[in-house]
Amino acid sequence: MSDLKGRNKKLKYFEFTRWATQPALIFTLIFFVTPLAIMVVISFWQRVYGKLVASWSGANYIKFFGTDYLLESLTNSIEVTLATTAISILLAYPLAYILAYRISPKWQKVILIFAVLPFWTAYVVRSYSWLLVISENGIINFVLTHLGIIDQPLQMAYTRGATILGFVHFFTMLLTLTIYANLVQIKPSYWKAAEDLGASKLQVFLRITLPLSIPGVAVGAFITFVIAIGDYITPQILGGSTEVLVPQAIMLQVSRAANFPMASVMSITLMLVIVVVYAITAKHLKMNRV
Amino acid sequence: MTKTIVELQNVTKSYGTVVAVDNVSLAVSEGEFVVLLGPSGSGKTTILSMIGGFTVPTEGSITINGEDMTGTAPAFRPTVTVFQDYALFPHMTVFENVSFGLQMRKTGKAERQQRTEKSLDVVGLSGFGDRSVDQLSGGQRQRVALARAIAVEPAVLLLDEPLGALDLKIRQQMQGELVHLQNNIGATFVHVTHDQEEAMAIADNIVLINEGKIEDYGPPARVYLKPATLFAARFMGESNILSGDVESSESGFVVVNTAIGKLKVPGICEIGAKVSIAVRPEQLHPGTQTGEEIIDIGEVQVSEVTFQGTHRLCRAVPTTNQSDLSLLLRLPPEQRVKVGDVMSLYANRTQAVLLEK
Amino acid sequence: MRLLRNLPSYVYLVLALSFIYLPVVVLVLFSFQDGVLPVFPFTGPSLQWYEKMLANERLVESLMNSVVVAILSSIVTTFLGFLAAYGMARRKPRFAGGIRFVLMAPLTVSYLIIAMGMLITLNLIGIPKSLFAVGLGHVVINLPLCFAIIYSQFGDHLRNIDWAARDLGASDAQTLLRVIAPIMKPSLLASFCLSATLSWDEFIIAFLLSRFDVTLPVIIFEMLRAGLTPEVNAAGTMVFAISMLTIGVSAIFVFIAFRGKK
Repeated sequence: MSDLKGRNKKLKYFEFTRWATQPALIFTLIFFVTPLAIMVVISFWQRVYGKLVASWSGANYIKFFGTDYLLESLTNSIEVTLATTAISILLAYPLAYILAYRISPKWQKVILIFAVLPFWTAYVVRSYSWLLVISENGIINFVLTHLGIIDQPLQMAYTRGATILGFVHFFTMLLTLTIYANLVQIKPSYWKAAEDLGASKLQVFLRITLPLSIPGVAVGAFITFVIAIGDYITPQILGGSTEVLVPQAIMLQVSRAANFPMASVMSITLMLVIVVVYAITAKHLKMNRV
Repeated sequence: MTKTIVELQNVTKSYGTVVAVDNVSLAVSEGEFVVLLGPSGSGKTTILSMIGGFTVPTEGSITINGEDMTGTAPAFRPTVTVFQDYALFPHMTVFENVSFGLQMRKTGKAERQQRTEKSLDVVGLSGFGDRSVDQLSGGQRQRVALARAIAVEPAVLLLDEPLGALDLKIRQQMQGELVHLQNNIGATFVHVTHDQEEAMAIADNIVLINEGKIEDYGPPARVYLKPATLFAARFMGESNILSGDVESSESGFVVVNTAIGKLKVPGICEIGAKVSIAVRPEQLHPGTQTGEEIIDIGEVQVSEVTFQGTHRLCRAVPTTNQSDLSLLLRLPPEQRVKVGDVMSLYANRTQAVLLEK
Repeated sequence: MRLLRNLPSYVYLVLALSFIYLPVVVLVLFSFQDGVLPVFPFTGPSLQWYEKMLANERLVESLMNSVVVAILSSIVTTFLGFLAAYGMARRKPRFAGGIRFVLMAPLTVSYLIIAMGMLITLNLIGIPKSLFAVGLGHVVINLPLCFAIIYSQFGDHLRNIDWAARDLGASDAQTLLRVIAPIMKPSLLASFCLSATLSWDEFIIAFLLSRFDVTLPVIIFEMLRAGLTPEVNAAGTMVFAISMLTIGVSAIFVFIAFRGKK
């Protein structure tokens, strides 16, 4: 045992394991929790003539909810995000269902990976590439004009629809993943039991499959909502400046006016919206091993 | 006088309000094969864990090789533990596993090679060095765990129910091999088990533990034939327990008033005390005999018979009995017994054990 | 016949896949455009835009920056996540629930908000906008995932293995490096690859926390703002190709690692 000299013999065993979690914890506290706390504090301060003043008032909040275009950005964001989530679910569910139950097992994983591949392109690039499709000189207008169906190119880009389109493209892939993962977990013995007891195919779906797949939908929908409502790029690239969403408004405050207090107010409001959404969906998020 | 190598003094371990080990004092001599025996939850594994250094006693001290090691980390104790699930490193070969301890001690490559191969040889696994762990059977893994432990030549080897996961035949084989191994390398072995047959087969001394306390301590034969407590009598194999009051006590004998009559057995006790007399099934014999040492058990009627190969296990109820006392007997296989048979029983007074209630 | 019965499903599948791949196909197609605008008509395949892109020093530099930031931040993330998962798995600390909550919290906050918060805080601490700051930001967003992945793979059998290693004389560092980490290799690798991929791809934190040296997504955004030329397509296609390659390679690594384990 003398060969192990040099280390603290009296060191009780669990010391190390006790502090192993500290580095990660401290890091998160410094670079995540503190910034959030500072933002909360700053949201009650104000920017006066280019300087940060600790005025401790709710003035900015009042301004935010009182100013038309700012409040509008919030309602716009919520509308767009809800629409995105709903449409993505509607598109993704059938796809996930087909993959899980209509494709032979050996092809499932392959097609799934193939279907989800574009998810991994650089986010900026992926959003931008829709411009190539829907802009005035894009594919759709080109084909329609050439076929003589329309005379004038359709204005599809730089609209709310374009933003939603860009979002839906991304989140359909995400939701397909989460719903698929849920669906393949459902034990076939449940359907057999239901059919045995006299249920039709439709009833099996409505009463067994659908309810059991809610966690997968809920998880995907929640992630969709959180990411979409906070996303700056897609609305900026595809939505143009006709309509402003919260992330764009925040960026304006930061880059143009360097008004961090106001930007903080909007950020915190955004986070509160997310918390509310979480509270509503929380009970559906638990994916029990069925 | 052999040296004491491990000593526990008034060791207590409590988890909140639960006391797992209650004021235990124990001395293990160098070179002996000691078995900590007890039912699940008795605290035997906790005691082993404290000797090994993985658990720190709440009170008391642990001395190993003369040095106080109560708070010392496992690495600095002259002990090595063989875990119940062997805890072999799955990403290393057998050789790498066995030589791990030597590597930590920065032993030279040549010496490491030689000692590792020697360890593998001793456990009967020469040539297995290159195999990966998942290719081995349960028995082989167990040997690798042993080889890994003895490679560093510890003074004390701690074994936590190492044979629990093995099939019966292999387990019996390994029991013999463990004793052989211990004689071979001369280390002190402390072995935990709940199997009293295993304990009797391998131990030099048995420490019987129940609910955190030591019930009995001694060589297997003594603990079996003359258990110190009621628990010991019941745990070490089957016992017939006859309880009663002490009627009189003189010249080294005690007369106890039991359900089957007055029995005179060796012992000293105060009059009126509540006691139990323990007699093993194989110590009850059919028939009658006379002699200074004979106790007449009386007439019994057989209520159950089970053939067990080497004997017939019978339950018999005393014909004069008022209480629900039933006795367990072991009769030779060639003796034809059936339910309903009536017979007389006798026992040897010196084999009966007097126990406090 | 099976095919006919499933026909509607197959049709939907094809339509869905077409929708998903439409922009990607157009992107790649027009990166080979022999003309100035990335729009129809498509005139012959030409590599001019790829040449232009590769000649764009700033772009190539940003590519390097992205790779460096991705790899370095992922190493830090995996390391911190591994330690934290180990600490949690081996001995539940007193406020286990609370610690887990704090460690996982960044997942629920939008990247934009995290970026802003860090912008303000780093300003106060005195860390300038730089790739280093971007790296810090990436660690923040990837740490919860790493922690979750690695923690979920800590089996019960590791307790005795940990003890056995220490019993035989291994120190904390030796136990972690020579025994625990090799056993956890699959999840460590998966965490690293996931972090690297997410970091490589990430825009808003990189945008807000960098100054002159930027990462690739930021450069592409800049190029977009300057005007639509097929050069962006070329860059985009290249990013897509590299992402595919990285994912493919990572998937193979992880697959092999997980297959070797049990």
